[in-house]
Amino acid sequence: MKVQNEMNISFESRSSNEGFARCAVSAFITQLDPTISELNDIKTAVSEAVTNCVVHAYRNTIGKIYINVRIKENSVAVIKVRDKGCGIEDIKQAMQPLFTTAPSEERAGLGFAVMQSFTDKVKVHSKVGKGTTVVFEKRLSCRVGNG
Amino acid sequence: MRISESEDTVTAYLTGDIDHHSARNIREDIDAFIQMKKPSLLRLDFSGVSFMDSSGIGLIMGRYRLMSLYGGVVRVSNIPENLERMMKLSGLNALDIIERRGERIESTK
Repeated sequence: MKVQNEMNISFESRSSNEGFARCAVSAFITQLDPTISELNDIKTAVSEAVTNCVVHAYRNTIGKIYINVRIKENSVAVIKVRDKGCGIEDIKQAMQPLFTTAPSEERAGLGFAVMQSFTDKVKVHSKVGKGTTVVFEKRLSCRVGNG
Repeated sequence: MRISESEDTVTAYLTGDIDHHSARNIREDIDAFIQMKKPSLLRLDFSGVSFMDSSGIGLIMGRYRLMSLYGGVVRVSNIPENLERMMKLSGLNALDIIERRGERIESTK
């Protein structure tokens, strides 16, 4: 699928940037004229992915988080959230609902389940010691041009 | 966030965005209040919440556990429509702590 537009941002893994990240992505997506509900879905998925970087990938340290958003044909948005943190040993286990390695911080273990439920497709690549990339796709109900 | 109390009930009116960053302060404020007042009912009012990720679920679960320690209960009320899916996904329904829309209004009449 042809890429029609693209943006990149990178920022430090401080929890105060979680709001910045979801708002920046949602501001970029707005050009597709998504519904409020679609925008909320994307903001939620971005928030989960970025929080994973803050809480898990860079636990007890600060590192860089990279977000790449591509707008493709048919109003498909592809969002990539990448870190160079600790990596995930067992992706299957990490993606299981209610599984968390940070219960003391009141993490519900729902991050990946939410991403899966709120977007159309989620892919996770990870290498221990190298980092993790989460890619999710969402097709928007292209209202552009409909008045 | 505003916290009010009447008789044996403490109500926290949550506002704005609830994420991992903001949940920490909310949690600390509510817990300090609960530990001081030890109410039998903690109501979390979500009517002013514009955005919430799964950190909000962690927040509810954590308060549920804390209130259980004191023999109290948690009620979650006035959930905006855009948070319904998150609440559903969380499995909180099984705990029977969510007040349906209008339920509270009826009970105070």
